[in-house]
Amino acid sequence: MNTFDLSVVLSGQYHDWLISGFLLSIQLALISLAIALPLAIVIAVLRMAPYAALRAIAITYVEAIRNVPLLAHMLFWYFGAPELLPTPIKSWIYDHNIEAVSAVIALVLYTAAYMSEDIRSGLRSIPREQMEAGRTLGFGFLSTMRLVILPQSLRVTVPPLISQTLNLWKNTSIAMVIGVAEMMYQAQQVESSTFRGFESYAVTTVGYVGVSIIITLLSSWYQQRYPVRSA
Amino acid sequence: MLDIIHNYGLFYLIGQYPNGPLGGLLMTLILAAMALVLAFPVGVLLALCRISPYRLLRLPVTGLVYVLRGTPLLMVIFWAYFLLPTLTGQRTDQFGTMLAALVIFDGVYLAEIIRAGILGLPRGQMESSRSLGFSYLATMRLVIMPQAFRNMLPSLVNQFVSTIKETSLGYIISLSEVSFVASQISAQLLTKPVQVYAVLGLTYFVMCFSLSRFAFWLERRLAVRTAKV
Amino acid sequence: MIKLKNVNKWYGSYHALADINETVAKGEVVVVCGPSGSGKSTMIRTLNRLEAIQSGNIFIDGVDIYDRSVSVNALRSGIGFVFQQFNLFPHLTVLENCTLAPRRLRKLGAKEADDLAMSLLDRVGLAHKACAFPSELSGGQQQRVAIARALAMNPPVMLFDEPTSALDPEMVGEVLQAMKSLAKEGMTMVCVTHEMGFAREVADRVIFMDQGQVLERATPESFFLRPEHPRAQRFLSDIRSPWAESGMAQAC
Repeated sequence: MNTFDLSVVLSGQYHDWLISGFLLSIQLALISLAIALPLAIVIAVLRMAPYAALRAIAITYVEAIRNVPLLAHMLFWYFGAPELLPTPIKSWIYDHNIEAVSAVIALVLYTAAYMSEDIRSGLRSIPREQMEAGRTLGFGFLSTMRLVILPQSLRVTVPPLISQTLNLWKNTSIAMVIGVAEMMYQAQQVESSTFRGFESYAVTTVGYVGVSIIITLLSSWYQQRYPVRSA
Repeated sequence: MLDIIHNYGLFYLIGQYPNGPLGGLLMTLILAAMALVLAFPVGVLLALCRISPYRLLRLPVTGLVYVLRGTPLLMVIFWAYFLLPTLTGQRTDQFGTMLAALVIFDGVYLAEIIRAGILGLPRGQMESSRSLGFSYLATMRLVIMPQAFRNMLPSLVNQFVSTIKETSLGYIISLSEVSFVASQISAQLLTKPVQVYAVLGLTYFVMCFSLSRFAFWLERRLAVRTAKV
Repeated sequence: MIKLKNVNKWYGSYHALADINETVAKGEVVVVCGPSGSGKSTMIRTLNRLEAIQSGNIFIDGVDIYDRSVSVNALRSGIGFVFQQFNLFPHLTVLENCTLAPRRLRKLGAKEADDLAMSLLDRVGLAHKACAFPSELSGGQQQRVAIARALAMNPPVMLFDEPTSALDPEMVGEVLQAMKSLAKEGMTMVCVTHEMGFAREVADRVIFMDQGQVLERATPESFFLRPEHPRAQRFLSDIRSPWAESGMAQAC
């Protein structure tokens, strides 16, 4: 085996590949997070709605998404879903980075399913009397949610949500399967071009673990700064 | 749709067996079961190190756990793919690579479940057993682990569900688990990706959903029979 | 039998045990009492090394228990310890709780161990519960099983750390009965307890502790009727019930 030589991957075009992969991974994660979080809140609120039909939609969504691996989701959205679209839209999407779009859709739906469960746990930890109090004052279900329940549940919910963000970050690696040139994909590219798998994978691992540590530290900081205070 | 099932059903379920290696759904289940069974002792070992009073055991293992939990499974699979042939001196097949990666990855997650199970028991159990004269390890074996295992069963079943989903990543190293087989079928049929991937999704759903329900039922049954000390 | 010599223990800067010097002779029954936080539980737990000491020596049967040649597991299997919270093993039956140590540590055969355990359970009046699980027993029954479990190792000395404090009042009697019969058979016992009736009936000596120190040692009669140390006097008057007949304090 050749001696360990980081310089090959830390300079030149391979270095650029890895950096661009890293940046794309970050982008995927941030965009998915930005869409998944509001979606998760909607699903969580639907889950607690007074109407059984709405609750059924939410339950079906969560169970259907969570029991299927992310890889299968990505394969479906990349290979399967475009076939369902009418031809003009299909061609347009194929011209415009379908890989990344499929990946983001899969990531958003998957992450939102898990996050909605965490948010629901947080909402359920608020005593039901709070909802009763809000409604007694004359607020509707949604207003009470917005003004009374959600703000209180925030503290309980944030640590699990940060944990899901950590999962999201790691899950972006699966996008390489459908050809998204994020960090894992680039690591493979570098490996097959330079035959320096050890260095390439080592640098990529540092990239993933580095951001993971930052996210974990964020969680610790939050729990320290805003500990949960029961009524 | 029906003739797709007729033509490719068996291939989907058990791969090329007996004309080739095992594949498909059966491969997924066997891989997941073996991975979890092998990862359990790894998890116990790591958990005991994590709660050990000896810094030499506790700190490196804690570091290892943090690093592995910050790494995507895909990365671990590539590492295994890359390092195993060098370490074992022979060409490792995809099944072995995937199994090794899953055992390491799940071992770390199991270590956390087991650690929580052990720490959840009252301290008096360890004290009374040691007062009878049992050593630390004998107490773990005879008193702590049997009780902790019973408490962790629902979490273990949920971890099995996760492991089944994790086997799907074998796709990337061309392991003939059910996702890879599905994509092969789709490539053969060319015009029916929606149906193929919908069936794939449904397969996973049925497996994982029923196991989750089982875990839920287990949790309720165990709660009724917990010791009232 | 047991000898504590200049034993000191600190929790950080808190002096939990201060210069303890005590001897317990073979066959003696010693009761240790005192207000909460006095260090009595700590002291008894140092005897089987559940708590460590920072200075001094503890000798059991002439052997320094902190000597390098002493195996802590062998030491503990020669001492019976009964906890306030019983600490039975919930995943084993009553019989299995009692036979676990004799079978694994003393290498007794299955039948031998079962016979031994059944005779001990019979002594504490629970032979009919041998196949039950701890969760099916009342607190008093569990504690009696705990006593049988400790006796199964045939220890020369039994230590009791507030054995009745976690029990509902109506179950205290049955446990004390088991302990009294043990004492009458000549077992060396050290009991941390608030049960003054028990002390008066079977104890040879009472040791009073407060703030990590032994303040008074006396026979039960002289301790309860004429305590000398002012702290002991205050303790006894605090727990003395206004309805006591002979001026003897009731259980608190």
